[in-house]
Amino acid sequence: MEAWMADIKGQFILNFVEKDRWQLLVDGLGNTLKITAVACLIGICIGVIIAIVRSTWDKNRLTMRPGLGKTLLGIVNGICKVYLTVIRGTPVVVQLMIIYYIIFASSRNSLAIAMLAFGINSGAYVAEIVRGGIMSIDEGQFEAGRSLGFNYVRTMQYIIIPQVFKNVLPTLANEFIVLLKETSVAGYVAIRDLTKAGDIIRGATYSPFLPLIGVALIYLIMVMFFTWLVGKLERRLRNSDH
Amino acid sequence: MTTDVLIKVDNLQKYFKDGKIKALDGVSTDIHKGEVAVVIGPSGSGKSTFLRCLNLLEVPTGGTIIFDGVDITDPSCNINLHRQKMGMVFQHFNLFPHMTLLGNMTLAPMKLLGKSKDEAETKAMDLLARVGLADRADAYPSQLSGGQKQRVAIVRALCMEPEVMLFDEPTSALDPEMVGEVLDVMKELAHEGMTMVVVTHEMGFAREVGNRVLFMADGKLVEEGAPKDIFERPQSERLRDFLSKVL
Repeated sequence: MEAWMADIKGQFILNFVEKDRWQLLVDGLGNTLKITAVACLIGICIGVIIAIVRSTWDKNRLTMRPGLGKTLLGIVNGICKVYLTVIRGTPVVVQLMIIYYIIFASSRNSLAIAMLAFGINSGAYVAEIVRGGIMSIDEGQFEAGRSLGFNYVRTMQYIIIPQVFKNVLPTLANEFIVLLKETSVAGYVAIRDLTKAGDIIRGATYSPFLPLIGVALIYLIMVMFFTWLVGKLERRLRNSDH
Repeated sequence: MTTDVLIKVDNLQKYFKDGKIKALDGVSTDIHKGEVAVVIGPSGSGKSTFLRCLNLLEVPTGGTIIFDGVDITDPSCNINLHRQKMGMVFQHFNLFPHMTLLGNMTLAPMKLLGKSKDEAETKAMDLLARVGLADRADAYPSQLSGGQKQRVAIVRALCMEPEVMLFDEPTSALDPEMVGEVLDVMKELAHEGMTMVVVTHEMGFAREVGNRVLFMADGKLVEEGAPKDIFERPQSERLRDFLSKVL
């Protein structure tokens, strides 16, 4: 037992303390959080816009007057559907590499590219979550807003979207947690994120146990923290009404 | 056309499913300023559709609606501006659950009429006091009873200072003991001279408060007249049959 303890201690010093290797993990964690935060924002923006387009089309295509507005909305809705199908039908690593090696082949700002790629990917999932949320709001809420004189966009902004966000928050938070873990493939495009940092240490010290378990533990602690945070937020929202 | 006509409805039609269902089949009538027009009729007769067409929540298939001298069925007309002057009360209240009562009542006046927060809140508190709910201003809709919700829904519409109030079966979703409190508010409103179009099954209200009763059946306006005439001297077989079932 004592020998084992001494062995672990030796490994710990070798993997984390020597040559300031812990610094790699800290930098990697920073990159992981940066990518996740920005991608999350991009994903919510894309997702909400697409959800509004899709639900507006689904609700109104039968009653809309034919004309330019309807044609345009139909085309935009078609584009959104293609986006959803392609993004949800291909692996995120492949999307990341396509964006890095083909679309932005001339740029070496891999961090910004990763933020964009994960944002675009996350947007597709957020869109479907939010769309479900919009469709679940009672039609009477739309009618009440419209009958007061709000136009469609303002009704969405003041009355529908705030209710949708409260309803979909747990699902959205889950998507955020999935995103946090998915960024672990960022190493494919030369980014030193948390996972890559652990891998670099493993390669340098030839001792896989501590670096990989350490990385896993850091992810786990972050996910548990965010889950706790969302639960708290959810309870507060629930207290405010219903 | 007399000057005091507020809404002129001419040959209004609403078809569903490519004309297979004629919810409204050529309805024409005038709503005068200050009058209480009560629409009665069996379910499926098109009375709710008629009311919802008046502020274009349902877009009519044909016919015209002239409100304040403007044809609001014209696609180039900005219906949002006209809806500000037409308050609507729904069967299921449709209060905004994520806002307090005060929030429900001040949202539209602040965003659409450009009122300041103070101005809008003063007006809202005034109206809440009139329906006896001033002490609940900071409550959420879910904390109220059905009757209380409907009273708030009425004053929410009044906050926009509308020229006409449309009521779509305002007491149909209420427990029987709460019907009275909502009808009382509507009565008071009528006595103040508000123009009202009320779709209802409350025959007592129609008789007592209505200036004019419109009887609809099968998408048509079958008979209209003073409550006394409608209830005591019905002309058509359809109306006699309906009254024999509800009275």
